[in-house]
Amino acid sequence: MEKILFKYIDVPDQYEIDTYIKNGGYRALPKALKEYSPNDLIEMVKKSGLRGRGGAGFPAGLKWGFVPKDSPNPKFLLCNADEGEPGTFKDRWLIEKDPHQLIEGIIISSYAIGAHRAFIYIRGEFAFGAERLKNAISEAYQKGYLGRNILGSGFDLDLEVYRGGGAYICGEETSLMESIEGNRGNPRLKPPFPASVGLYKNPTVINNVETLSNVPHIVLNGALWYAKIGMPKSTGTKIFSLSGHVNRPGNYELPMGTPLRELIYDHGGGIKDERELKAVIPGGVSTPVLTSQLVNVKMDFESLFEAGSLLGSGAVIVMDETTCMVKVAYRLSRFYEHESCGKCVPCREGTRWIRMIMARIENGKGREEDIDLLLDICTNIAGKTVCPMGDAAVVPIMSTIQKFREEYEYHIKNKKCMVDLGTRFV
Amino acid sequence: MVQVMLSEATQKKIAKLKDRYPEKKTAILPAMHVVFKEVGYYNQNILKQIADLLELSQMEVSETVSFYTYFPREGVGKYHIQVCTNLSCSLLGAEELVKYLEYKLKIKAGQTTTDGLFTISTVECLGSCGTAPVMQINQTYYENLTKAKVDQILEDLKKGK
Ligand SMILES: Cc1cc2nc3c(=O)[nH]c(=O)nc-3n(C[C@H](O)[C@H](O)[C@H](O)COP(=O)(O)O)c2cc1C
Ligand code: SF4
Ligand code: FES
Repeated sequence: MEKILFKYIDVPDQYEIDTYIKNGGYRALPKALKEYSPNDLIEMVKKSGLRGRGGAGFPAGLKWGFVPKDSPNPKFLLCNADEGEPGTFKDRWLIEKDPHQLIEGIIISSYAIGAHRAFIYIRGEFAFGAERLKNAISEAYQKGYLGRNILGSGFDLDLEVYRGGGAYICGEETSLMESIEGNRGNPRLKPPFPASVGLYKNPTVINNVETLSNVPHIVLNGALWYAKIGMPKSTGTKIFSLSGHVNRPGNYELPMGTPLRELIYDHGGGIKDERELKAVIPGGVSTPVLTSQLVNVKMDFESLFEAGSLLGSGAVIVMDETTCMVKVAYRLSRFYEHESCGKCVPCREGTRWIRMIMARIENGKGREEDIDLLLDICTNIAGKTVCPMGDAAVVPIMSTIQKFREEYEYHIKNKKCMVDLGTRFV
Repeated sequence: MVQVMLSEATQKKIAKLKDRYPEKKTAILPAMHVVFKEVGYYNQNILKQIADLLELSQMEVSETVSFYTYFPREGVGKYHIQVCTNLSCSLLGAEELVKYLEYKLKIKAGQTTTDGLFTISTVECLGSCGTAPVMQINQTYYENLTKAKVDQILEDLKKGK
C-alpha cells in the first residue's frame, strides 16, 4: 500500500521547503484556511478516526473539540516530540527527514483549535532534529506560512522549538507543560484536563508528532479516504519502530492492523542469526510482553488489547531465544526507578524496591518468596499514582512473571539464567 | 568550583530570552542549552549568572535545573560518552560495549579519565533503537557500534578531530 507519512522519506533534501513544496507540500494549508472553518476541521478529523500516536490512542478530533470556544484566554498547541518511550524512534525520523509535513500539520491544527502560539517540545538529546526544525520554521516564516495573517487569511501563528532536558517523564502531557513553564517536570493531577487548564493555565491541546503529521493528508484527501485505511476503529497507517533481534531494524509505515508476523518477517527480514523468536514487546516498554505464539496478532489498538497488550507508541522490540526475561525485567526496572519523578510515594518507593528485588534475583541472590513479593508491590503501585507512569512501571514485571514465571523460578533456584545469552558486541 | 564567566555573546542571548515567554521561568531551559553549548557543564556559579540575567532567584533556577539530567555538572570530561543501556541496545550488546569502553579508557562508568578527556556514563534510551548499540558523545550520535568503530572514534577524539 502507498505510504502517507513516509512517502518522501528517502528523498535526501525533503527537509528543505522547496523540495517539500515540489512534492505537494503546503497545499493542505491554504485549503484548510480558505475552504474550512475551524469547526469543519475538527469535524473532519473526528470523521477520519485519527487517534493519538503518542501512546494512549485518544481520538484527536474529540480532544480538539474539548477546547472551550468561548474562553477569552489565549489557547496553545503543543507538539509532543519528547519521544522517550524506549524502543521508539519514529518521531525522530519524521522530524529530521520531513519537518515541514509536521509544521504544516501544526499550523492547520492550531487554526482548528484557535491557537496563536505553538511549541514543539523536543527531547534535549535530539540536537540535530532541533536544528532541522528551527531551520524549517524560519523557512516557513519567510514564505508566509507562519507569522501574521498567514496567506492572507487573517490567522496568526507563532511556532518555536523548545528543547527538553533529558527527563522521560516530560513526555507525559502535564509534566511537559510544567517543564515549559520552567518548573521541575512533575505531572499534575487530572482533572482539570489540559483542554481547559493547560499551559500557563490556558486551554491547550497536546498531540504527538506522528498524529500532527497526518493532519495535512486528511485535509487534502478527505476524512473518508483516511477512515478507509487500516481498521474500522484504528484508522490510517502507523509507523512501527522495529528493533532488537531482527535482521532489518528500522521504521516501517504500514496500515493499522498489519499482522505482527508480516512486520517482523517480511519487512524486518526475520530473526537475526536464524534463531527462534521468543517474545515481543509490541508498543514500547510500557506495554505487556507477548509470547511468540501471538505472532499473528494484528497491530492495531483493539487487536492488541484483545491479545492482552497495547499498541502504545508502536515500538516493536523483538527478542530471540537467547533472551533472559528476568534480565529484561531487571533492565526495565532500572529504567523506571531512574525516571520516576518522585512526586508520589507508591511510584517513587515502589520502583526502588522492585529494582532492588530484581537485582538480587538477577545476581543469584533471589529468594523463593520474591516472585510473590514483586507481584504484591506491583499491585500496590498500579492505579495509586498521580500519572500513568506508575502503571507503566509494573507492566514489565507483571507481564514477564505471568508469561515466563519458570525463568524466575529457575533463576532463584539455580542462581543463573535459564537460557544461553551469547555474545552480541563484536 | 571553577569560576566561569559566561561570554558576552552568551550573556546577551540569555538576556534576550527573558521577555520572550509569558513567564520568565520558561527561559531557564533555553538558557541552559545556550550555556551547555558554550561551557559543556554547569555549577552554582553559572546558575547564579543565569538567574541574574533572567531576573530570577538562584534558588528558582537551581530547583528547576537539578531535575534535568541532560546537562552535566562540573567535573565531566571534555568528551562525555553516554552509552544507551536500555532494552533494545542491551539486546544487541550494550553491556559489552560499556565494558569495552571501560577497558579501553581504564576507568569505570561514572568516572573521568585523569587527563580530563573522557567521561563514561550509562543512559536510558536515546531514541535510536533501530541502530543499536548506540552512544552519544557530547551532541553527536554514534550508531551500529562495533569494537572496530569504537577504536576509531576514540582515536579520532584523542587526536582532536
Ligand atoms: C510517562 C509518560 C511518558 C510519555 N511520553 C510521551 C512521549 O515521549 N511522546 C508522546 O507523544 N507522548 C508521550 N506520552 C503520552 C502523552 O501524555 C500524551 O498522551 C500524548 O502526547 C498525546 O498526544 P496524542 O493524543 O497525539 O497521542 C507519555 C505519557 C506518559 C504517561
Ligand atoms: S506516578 Fe511516578 S512519575 Fe508519575 S507523578 Fe507519580 S512519582 Fe511521578
Ligand atoms: S534502547 Fe538504546 S537507543 Fe533506544
